[in-house]
Amino acid sequence: MMTQFIYDGTYIGLLTSIFDIYERKSENALIVKRDKTVALSLTENIEVYSDHEKAKRVLKGLQRKISHESIANIYRCFLSELKGIENTILDFVRYVFSSEKNVETDFGNSAVIEIAQTARKVGSEKHRFEAFVRFESIGEKFFYAPIDPDYNVLPLIIPHFKRRYADQDWIIFDTKRKYGVHYDQETEQVNEAIIDFKINTTDLTPTGILFDPDEKLYQGLWKNYFKSVNIPIRKNTKLHLQHVPKRYWKYLVEKK
Amino acid sequence: MKTSEERINEKLNILADAAKYDVSCSSSGSNRKNHNKGLGDSTGMGICHSYTEDGRCVSLLKILLTNHCIFDCAYCVSRKSNDIKRAAFTIEEVVELTINFYRRNYIEGLFLSSGIFKNADFTMERLVTIAKKLRQDHKFNGYIHLKTIPGASEELMKEAGLYADRLSVNIEMPTEVSLKLLAPDKNFEEILTPMNYLSESIVQYKAEKNLIKSTPIFAPAGQSTQMVIGATPETDKDIMFTANSLYQKFNMRRVYYSGYIPIGGDDRLPGIGTPPPLIREHRLYQTDWLMRFYDFRVDEIVNDENPILDIDVDPKLSWALRNLHQFPVDINTADYKMILRVPGIGVGSALKIVAARKFGKLDWWQLKKIGVAMNRVKHFVVCSKQDFVLGEKTAGSIRHHILSLGKSKYTATYSPQLTLF
Repeated sequence: MMTQFIYDGTYIGLLTSIFDIYERKSENALIVKRDKTVALSLTENIEVYSDHEKAKRVLKGLQRKISHESIANIYRCFLSELKGIENTILDFVRYVFSSEKNVETDFGNSAVIEIAQTARKVGSEKHRFEAFVRFESIGEKFFYAPIDPDYNVLPLIIPHFKRRYADQDWIIFDTKRKYGVHYDQETEQVNEAIIDFKINTTDLTPTGILFDPDEKLYQGLWKNYFKSVNIPIRKNTKLHLQHVPKRYWKYLVEKK
Repeated sequence: MKTSEERINEKLNILADAAKYDVSCSSSGSNRKNHNKGLGDSTGMGICHSYTEDGRCVSLLKILLTNHCIFDCAYCVSRKSNDIKRAAFTIEEVVELTINFYRRNYIEGLFLSSGIFKNADFTMERLVTIAKKLRQDHKFNGYIHLKTIPGASEELMKEAGLYADRLSVNIEMPTEVSLKLLAPDKNFEEILTPMNYLSESIVQYKAEKNLIKSTPIFAPAGQSTQMVIGATPETDKDIMFTANSLYQKFNMRRVYYSGYIPIGGDDRLPGIGTPPPLIREHRLYQTDWLMRFYDFRVDEIVNDENPILDIDVDPKLSWALRNLHQFPVDINTADYKMILRVPGIGVGSALKIVAARKFGKLDWWQLKKIGVAMNRVKHFVVCSKQDFVLGEKTAGSIRHHILSLGKSKYTATYSPQLTLF
């Protein structure tokens, strides 16, 4: 009989599910997010309670078998939020634990190649958002940027922006997933950003935030620059759209 | 009276427009850390923050300090005899634009070039001052690419190297004959001397840094150069042989190929309205890639029998079709170097294949999952001894088959010719 392990949608929860599956020696297991649960006949449902200790033990076990990069790839796959990715991760982990040697480069295996390729997709979305974040000045060395990435890459891009903008305060807010982070240049810490939004336009505009009067000047200059560097006789719309798909235009100063 | 906002916008228009024919956009390969809690970091891979409507990467604020120029190079839009609007930024304006664009995450840094006013040293000194100000007064650790003005003194080049991540001198033309014809004020020697100085300094600083930690970094992202193609009658072989020797002699990080865009006013050059040689430019870049990442020698791709690159198919496929005796390749036993030469297999897939086959034989469905381009690969590999290739394939039939599968992205837009087989 199939057993559904129902978890809370967090990474700790996912790792705990894997722990519980091993503990129960459950052969026919499926991992399902709580809000995605469908009542199925002939399945047993088990609630998973996220547990740091259990999650840590799964990670420790993986560290003995595979490289840091591969463990980071599992996390990236999780952030893809793709339907059923939990079960690809489970297949991968089972294959890793059941093999004597390190199988992370066995790309002929379907779970291994799928993890590698999904992680790569999430990686390119991460890279895209290191590029497509557009900060707006909202005060003395204080900047704000809304994003809406396909995959949940905000946790992955934080280190990049911390390195780069060490001397300014900034907020990056995921308007699709409704959460954001704030870097405080004084304490050099990143914390969750709580923002009050008024939702009366298609964009989400934070209330109570004044935009810097210089902001318009520099947005104008940037748009102008973007126009000037184009070479019309070389126009290649297909290539342009391949690099900057329309779904990203909403927050790009030069395209919106 | 213009407002100051209008004035700066106008300058930016003129001086970005004049700089856009320099195609280098790279912002990678440096190792400048944000060590002083300053602004910016250049340790990661390069980032394209946007793309122009013609599909080119926008990574740096690429501008001229001024488009006033005492030279009269026929291929250059800023040449002395061209009747265009002239402008010049102040040092402060360039610094402010760079910082403010960078803080908004529009750019990776600054690409600064200039027309030559007064003389080489006078111009170079101003470029260096801007880089120095950014580094010292603004603790800017973003990427800086400076043009080295031919004829500038060694002291100024040395200072430039201490502030910039990359330096470049453009070779401009594939041969000296063409350069002499179109740029009477320039000669190869004046261009090659600074290249040589830079390549020696980069090596020397690196060696010293290995011994003495406190040695400053000198142009950590190396040097690059560019040549205009399609303005003069050189063959692809001439162009790629020149590029190859630049890579070997001066340790270039990149050679860029800029398809000539007619600007008019000179009958030595293609007239206005002549389409830029975009496919040719693309094929040259592909050849460049084959040399740098796929372990091809330049004369395997272009040589006396094949001085012109095939427009219809890419140079790797073209090479394979000329060398069918080296195929099919057995995916499970061939060495990495040969797998890399199979049309339809890129570096990423080749690495995956040699890693994966240690765990067991690979079959077609696995190759497909790994992500190779099956419609090409299938003509050139076997997965096991059972894969008999039925009938003798000819280069012509493979070529025809591959071309019939998909329209090349260029045929519709740019090539008026029909491909007949």
